[in-house]
Amino acid sequence: MGMNMNDAASTTALAPKDYKSSVKPVWCPGCGDFSVLSAITKALAHMGLNPEDVAVVSGIGCSSRIPAYLNTYGFHGLHGRALPLATGLKVARPDLTVLVAGGDGDGFSIGGNHFLHACRRNIDLTYIVMDNQVYGMTKGQASPTTAPDWARSKMTPHGPGINPFHPLIIALGAGANFIARVSSHDPNGTAKTIVEAIRHPGFSFVHVLSPCVTYQPEQREWKKLVRPAPVEATSDAGRAARRLLTDDNLYLGVLYHGDRETYRPRFETTKVDPSQLEQEFII
Amino acid sequence: MTLDTTTGTPSSISIALIGSGGSGVMTAGSMLLDAAGRSHWYAYMTRSSGPQIRGGEAAALIRISNTPIESHDNRFDILLAIDWRNAERFAGEIPLDSDSLIVADPDGGDIPDKINAMGARCCELPMKALCKNITGGRPNMIALGAIASLVGLPEQSLIDVLTKVLKNKGEEVITSSTEAIQAGISACDSLPSCPSLNPPEPHAAKRLNITGNEAVGIGALRGGVRFVAAYPITPATEVLEWLAPMLDKVGGVLVQAEDELSSVNQIIGASFGGVPALTATSGPGLALMMESIGLAVAAEVPIVVVNVMRGGPSTGIPTKSEQTDLNIALYGLHGEAPHLVVAPTSVADCLFTTQWAVQLAEALQTAAIVLSDQSLGQTRAVLDRPADLALMERRNVPTKIGPDYKRYAVTPSGISPMALPGTTGGQYTADGLEHNEAGTPSSQAEDHLTQLDKRHTKLHGYNFGDHWADIEGEGDIAVITWGSSSGPVREALSQRHNKERNVRLICMRLLSPEQPEKMEAALEGVERILVVEQSHSGQFYRYLRAHYDLPAESKAFHRPGPLPIRPFEVHRELAEWE
Ligand SMILES: Cc1ncc(C[n+]2csc(CCOP(=O)(O)OP(=O)(O)O)c2C)c(N)n1
Repeated sequence: MGMNMNDAASTTALAPKDYKSSVKPVWCPGCGDFSVLSAITKALAHMGLNPEDVAVVSGIGCSSRIPAYLNTYGFHGLHGRALPLATGLKVARPDLTVLVAGGDGDGFSIGGNHFLHACRRNIDLTYIVMDNQVYGMTKGQASPTTAPDWARSKMTPHGPGINPFHPLIIALGAGANFIARVSSHDPNGTAKTIVEAIRHPGFSFVHVLSPCVTYQPEQREWKKLVRPAPVEATSDAGRAARRLLTDDNLYLGVLYHGDRETYRPRFETTKVDPSQLEQEFII
Repeated sequence: MTLDTTTGTPSSISIALIGSGGSGVMTAGSMLLDAAGRSHWYAYMTRSSGPQIRGGEAAALIRISNTPIESHDNRFDILLAIDWRNAERFAGEIPLDSDSLIVADPDGGDIPDKINAMGARCCELPMKALCKNITGGRPNMIALGAIASLVGLPEQSLIDVLTKVLKNKGEEVITSSTEAIQAGISACDSLPSCPSLNPPEPHAAKRLNITGNEAVGIGALRGGVRFVAAYPITPATEVLEWLAPMLDKVGGVLVQAEDELSSVNQIIGASFGGVPALTATSGPGLALMMESIGLAVAAEVPIVVVNVMRGGPSTGIPTKSEQTDLNIALYGLHGEAPHLVVAPTSVADCLFTTQWAVQLAEALQTAAIVLSDQSLGQTRAVLDRPADLALMERRNVPTKIGPDYKRYAVTPSGISPMALPGTTGGQYTADGLEHNEAGTPSSQAEDHLTQLDKRHTKLHGYNFGDHWADIEGEGDIAVITWGSSSGPVREALSQRHNKERNVRLICMRLLSPEQPEKMEAALEGVERILVVEQSHSGQFYRYLRAHYDLPAESKAFHRPGPLPIRPFEVHRELAEWE
């Protein structure tokens, strides 16, 4: 296992556009996900990673379409199941840089259990969630991060009526090793944070405020409301927790970086031939 | 007991040991099986227990034979009870008749009515009382000595097993157990006579003492599996518990997942990365995995899902066998998703079929479901060591990629080279969305048809060779069966000696894709068919009717679990045609 196919450092420098594929995105004009795509390509170019040594795994949703738009290896899997698929890939192929991308519905609703356990397992993955507080792909239903009084979905005409999920606090509680929030209106800042997240060992969670201009048009205002977190990133989980509990969802920056040990299943290098394992059964 | 046709002496003997929590009947049963194996006999043991997690009443059901065995007999020769607490629950599993012998401890309470009603002979063996004279002596070791002596097992084989099993428990325990065994052997003289086995033929070929679940594990490793992700579930857990330390040794890994949705997606991810991957589960877990198995089919990622069936629906009967996940395995995927479904036909075959499934999934870049069941998985048997299946084909992985590389390119076989991450120029996005040859999502009619055809051709154009079924015998009557029902059917047919009509046996191993031409050839000259399966609704019979041309005169014997199918039930069906 763990084939080492190519060295990470490229000899000829690659530009962000070299990480883009020729497939045209399905996104609406003005969708925040365009700049996340561009931020990912900038981050990969900055790090000089070979496209073939990167795999981007996603679930289902508008945002989850992202792998096809990249020139890396990709897996566009099932709704909610990107994290386990990426877990298997990273454990089997620790030599690859594995990014996981998707939406708030994909990651916090149908995939919520995997989110908890991916944080807890702390495998060296970078998870980028494009949160638009709505189900874009299925045309505008409430998601786990939608406000309780958001009454514009036919499915919940009085609003979802329940408190939104707070992904960063949950990630901290569940054991994520790196937690940051960025805004898609700033692709350079987003790219910088993605680089940090990739470099940070263990499970890194990057929460991106990425407006849905079609079903949540007022999110266009986010770019005016977001602001850098007034304090430095902390590695003290207690302080991070207090800070996040008073967070209004609009503070940007790296909020927590921990030093929990990365889960790296042990691979024996001295291998026994499988036929020897049958000895225990021989009479 | 089964009689040897030439000599008229028994060629097999069936023994049940029962007792309540802590009585140690399972230990005694395992040691009996092991000793029989060391004495060159074949042996077969299933366990039955109450719902308690620890302790509680238990039964070790054992059959020892001169010839290979794959099922229980119609009846038991000996039932030994250390005590009778809650023993009536085992009445259905331990059929007795007037030739059977019940050996009971007089201190163990009264024989339950349901067991008494079967009319067996009874005798007493004061196991608890005999222990009083032996420091540290235990009734189960008295029982072991007495039974071994009754059936003709040499004392030395018991001592050898004892020394091996108890080697970490210290000299004192070994001494007291040896004494108890010897006391059992002496006490045997006071018991009524009972048929004993002919001494076995010494053999040179290696034999294994193994369960079906362990055999699945070996098959997986022989097939090349190096990544396993799974969530515990009865009766599949032993596959995982055996594999975890073994994967360590061969340079692989097992990850315990948070649920089955995770385990199946983890193996898809690992396999996408190039590492052959497998998970094991049972019905409830398989149901959770269905959407993801469809993803593996659509994205053409090889995976193997071993489903050790138990009674269903819902949580069902977790500790008992049934062949009722056939429908979900064959038809449970949404959309049209050709995939492999294979089933081992015996405990030994769990090894071969799993190895085959891994190789097929890898070669055909698709999902394989292996349908084992509780009765194959948790049976421990002494059997001939299955041969290693020569490696047929590997996954088609290109090392050099041309400029026109397309992951889902149409080829005559339908199999297209699968670039692994890390390979320069091979970048593509694996997708469960319908896609074109390059892998780009597409909802165009042409692309859909092209890819449907491709995935169909891969499986339906492939030559699976002779492994699709085990076919034995000649005759114008055929019995078609599958999985764990193969054992009792084989047993029934081997007992048909003086019958005029020969019967052909077809045990299907490959259930999907279906093989109508091979079946037609196998059925040449057959006028009547009996289908045997362990399901209430006849799932296998309906499957055969849907996909194969069966002779006009065909009937099905199907009934649900949890009781195993017995050879006489097959006889009864065939007798109607004599
Ligand atoms: C098992 C399953 N259930 C439902 C769907 C339908 N579905 C597709 S995308 C989606 C929600 C997507 O929302 P989100 O993850 O927030 O992504 P966005 O489209 O907003 O980027 C749903 C419910 C599905 N594809 N699979």
